[in-house]
Amino acid sequence: MQARHLRTVGAETTTAAAQEPRRRLIDVQGLVKIYRTPDGDVPSLQPLTFDIADGEFIAVVGPSGCGKSTLLKLIAGLVPATSGSIEIDGRQVVEPPDDIGIVFQTPVLMAWRSVLRNIMLPVEVRKLDRASHLARAHALIEMTGLKGFENKFPWQLSGGMQQRAALCRALVHDPRIVLMDEPFGALDALTRERMNIELQRIHFETRKTILLITHSIPEAVFLADRVVVMTERPGAIAAIYDVDLPRPRRLSTMSEPAFIEIAKAVRSHFFAQGGID
Amino acid sequence: MANDRVVSPTPGVRRRDHAWARPLIFLALLVVLWDLIVRLFDIPPYLIPKPWDVALAFRDEGGRLMLEAIPTTIATLGGFALSVIFGVGTAMLIAGFKPVESYVYPLLVFSQSIPKVAVAPLFVVWFGFGMTPKVISAFLLGFFPVVVAGVQGFKSIDPDMRDLIRSMKASRLQTFGMLSFPHALPAIFAGFKVSVTLAVVGAVVGEFVGSNSGIGYVLQRSIGNFELPTMFACLVILALIGCVLFWLVEVVERRLVPWHASQRVDVVATP
Repeated sequence: MQARHLRTVGAETTTAAAQEPRRRLIDVQGLVKIYRTPDGDVPSLQPLTFDIADGEFIAVVGPSGCGKSTLLKLIAGLVPATSGSIEIDGRQVVEPPDDIGIVFQTPVLMAWRSVLRNIMLPVEVRKLDRASHLARAHALIEMTGLKGFENKFPWQLSGGMQQRAALCRALVHDPRIVLMDEPFGALDALTRERMNIELQRIHFETRKTILLITHSIPEAVFLADRVVVMTERPGAIAAIYDVDLPRPRRLSTMSEPAFIEIAKAVRSHFFAQGGID
Repeated sequence: MANDRVVSPTPGVRRRDHAWARPLIFLALLVVLWDLIVRLFDIPPYLIPKPWDVALAFRDEGGRLMLEAIPTTIATLGGFALSVIFGVGTAMLIAGFKPVESYVYPLLVFSQSIPKVAVAPLFVVWFGFGMTPKVISAFLLGFFPVVVAGVQGFKSIDPDMRDLIRSMKASRLQTFGMLSFPHALPAIFAGFKVSVTLAVVGAVVGEFVGSNSGIGYVLQRSIGNFELPTMFACLVILALIGCVLFWLVEVVERRLVPWHASQRVDVVATP
């Protein structure tokens, strides 16, 4: 029920889409990124080819410095690719697409804005209709449990609440795609588990396409439909695992044999290479 | 920055009640100490006058000194206003354009090693007696701290924050108005506070070399005549001008950046 007023565009089509095979939304073909520095070229990504379906939850795990964040910035149109292409809904990414929301490892909230005005930032910058998005912001605040904190300043909130505000900000303009760069990496373990469960619920309710970059194998397996495993720098795709565990997954899912099996398979890539972080 | 927590040991209201009294108590102690030293070591009044003599000088000449303080204050404010306008402007250019930074910034730093007191007489040659050389002298001393603070403020933005606002396709103007400028404000105000006290010094230097009015002028004349109590009274007035202007900047700062860590008084604990 909540999903209906959160997804303002194409609310009727979601049920129809669920029956058909899912449409391809993000298409990455032969993506290469080489950073040119004064000390020479630093290859960051080897040719990457994969795609993400509409409404899919993809997690990317890999060792530190393997180019996971670079991949996210490429899809967000923040850095140009050296070669290869990224298409979102058939359109080449050359500048930041409108249909994307980003959550970073730190909440990066503006200290001079209240929580609500932070969440409304994309609406202001993109000059979208204020009234309808304000209603949407309030619905998101309600959904993420920030009600009552709208007029607080970021420094008056705990780390987990700040990150929830950042998530609201990423969702306020109703993008189809949400990119998350280790969003819970700076949180304590308990808060992190809670945020994982909430994120799963938000994904279920909003049907967003989510690309999550993470260090945590359990987090990746717990949340994702597919887990992309990357190699060390320059990053390439080592394997892609389908996670066909039933949803909604609970914390107890983590102790089920099927979960452990997938987590073990993902982890085996890093033990061969010398560990993850 | 996001995780900063400032916990003031006493609630804000109580702290304000006593805050202004403490430096006054300390000042009174210093004056007593001054009086004791002059008496104990029998220091002749043409070297250091007694506090009481300074007070008498205030009684006899206070009115005239206050009148002389007006042009000094005007020159200070003029120089400070120029420092604000050109300082923030220069900082914006340096932070916003790489070529400006590489060409201009090093020269600006280099120019700061030139003793401005030594070039002040030149302004008298260029602009004559009166207000102009004083204002320029105040500006030259007050300008640099604003630039340094501004550049630091504009450049210390989290790269993720830049990426975030760029992902929203913000224009240059939006990025400046919504991110760079508010982010830099606390640093800029730190620069303003240094600048305004240096502007007082600049104005006095201007009055030393080419003026027949102002506290700087009276100060120099009273040294020449060995009127030490008058001279000390001048110093007190200069210090007062500096303090009041500093305080005014702080009042404006509290209005404009109430969100900054240095201004926070209460902490709301959240689950």
